[in-house]
Amino acid sequence: MEIHKTTWPMRILVFVLFAYLLAPVLLVFPLSFSGDQVLRFPPTFWSTRWYEALFANSQMLKAFWTSLSLAAIVTALSIVIAVPAAYVMTRLKFLGRDLLFNLFTAPLLLPTIVLGLAILIVFASFGLLATMQGLVFAHLVVTLPYALRVLAVSLSTQDRACEEAARTLGAKPLTVFFRVTVPMLTPGIVAAAALCFLVSFDEVVITLFLTGPRISTLPVELYNYVYNQADPLVAAASALLILLTLGVIMVVERAMGLGKAFVK
Amino acid sequence: MSAAATLPRQWRNGELAVMLLLPIALINAIGFILPVLNLARYSFNKSRIGGGIENVFTWDNWAGLLSDPFYLELVFNSVWISLAITLTTLVVSYPIALYLHRSTGSWRTFLTVLVISPLLTSAVVRTYGWIAILVDDGPVVSAIKAVGLPAPSLMFNIKGVFIGLTEILMPYMILALMAGFGRLDPRVEEAARTLGATPSRTFLKVILPLTLPGIALGCLLCFVLAVSSFITPKLMGGGRVFLLATEIYDQAIVTLNWPLASTLSILVLIVFGAALWAYSAVLRRLD
Repeated sequence: MEIHKTTWPMRILVFVLFAYLLAPVLLVFPLSFSGDQVLRFPPTFWSTRWYEALFANSQMLKAFWTSLSLAAIVTALSIVIAVPAAYVMTRLKFLGRDLLFNLFTAPLLLPTIVLGLAILIVFASFGLLATMQGLVFAHLVVTLPYALRVLAVSLSTQDRACEEAARTLGAKPLTVFFRVTVPMLTPGIVAAAALCFLVSFDEVVITLFLTGPRISTLPVELYNYVYNQADPLVAAASALLILLTLGVIMVVERAMGLGKAFVK
Repeated sequence: MSAAATLPRQWRNGELAVMLLLPIALINAIGFILPVLNLARYSFNKSRIGGGIENVFTWDNWAGLLSDPFYLELVFNSVWISLAITLTTLVVSYPIALYLHRSTGSWRTFLTVLVISPLLTSAVVRTYGWIAILVDDGPVVSAIKAVGLPAPSLMFNIKGVFIGLTEILMPYMILALMAGFGRLDPRVEEAARTLGATPSRTFLKVILPLTLPGIALGCLLCFVLAVSSFITPKLMGGGRVFLLATEIYDQAIVTLNWPLASTLSILVLIVFGAALWAYSAVLRRLD
């Protein structure tokens, strides 16, 4: 049923606004093939020199591997910790459950600049600054709320009849959990994992407080690079990062549909 | 059937449940509650030159902050600029949200993905994109010069930060607006039109009032994100734009004055509290 006839001025306006919204993301692709020494758009000639420069930059490569392993560890831990927690919080009624849920998701409400500083001060006395353990722990503080929220939504919309049937037919509680609940939860787990991975991989503000010359992540290295100089190297890195993000999104789309995962 | 009845028996005594909640509770306590309480304590501690603190209770940080014109201006600027950015974001996001709300099927899915995708792209990457667009002799400045207008300087000042941050906050605003547009029934609009209202009158008297809750939510979200934004002001401000978030970082990392940085952080949280209070006041009005 088409009630609205969108007028042409409205369409043009929406198009212009979309162009504004997408301009910086789209721009890095042509810019990454610039042949110029400095940041200039449009480039005077094209080349792949900045991709070559990027892959020859050992600092960036090291930071990329740090980010990748950090995100992988954080994602795995987030799922292992958040699935049982979400299960308890959706299946069990107990006093103060809502309060606890709000407390566990509260780190998301705090601005990362404040959380970063707060963690820096505490970690300094624990000797966790510029260590992998410190980064894993700090990232878990922000990824767990996302994981818990996505998984809790999935679990609370799950049909309990299957669990009930399995139990009536004599399955042990653990069997029910691993053979019925978890398989049914797979789309939610995939969405939560993808979200945790992206959040950890992209996290920059908190990480900036906790990294140093010894250990650094890709977003922090890119931030430092842009802060000190402006050339197309970061465009090449950005283009690759956007493609990686698209890849992760496509995994989620396959698993449960992007709309369901992010727009509730 | 009650939820408790579907649970295995040993859960009812709660031991297993506590064990399953323990890891997340520990991380929350050590990585969130303890640091935040400690932050509040630091704002009443004395700083030593070159880092470190003296563990004595003092109001000096707060007194110094509230009597220093530099910091008063910093707070005033941050709040004012964030409000302006929030309103601009609202104006540029509203048409997109309304258009998305009215579109259907795969076209709507496609556009929603376009709105979400910048959200999943690092703020560093998007800020870098804006630097490339707004830099002197970049496409925007060249275009303005080509029409014969004087070349503006859009980088390393508040203008660039304004343009970049507005775009970076747009997806949040669009999603918040769309969440609030649920109340907007197309039949109501049609009724207004059938009864002879002009398009602009329909918008002002029907569409806008119905979407006010979404607007309030989007504005709260964007204001809070703008006040605490750090990457864009730091990279696009070129050290010449001083805002609360950038000052917190400089005090923490460059000057190593952790008590002052903590005091500024608590100040940010107070601004947040004020924003939240204003939001609930607006919601009460709307009901």
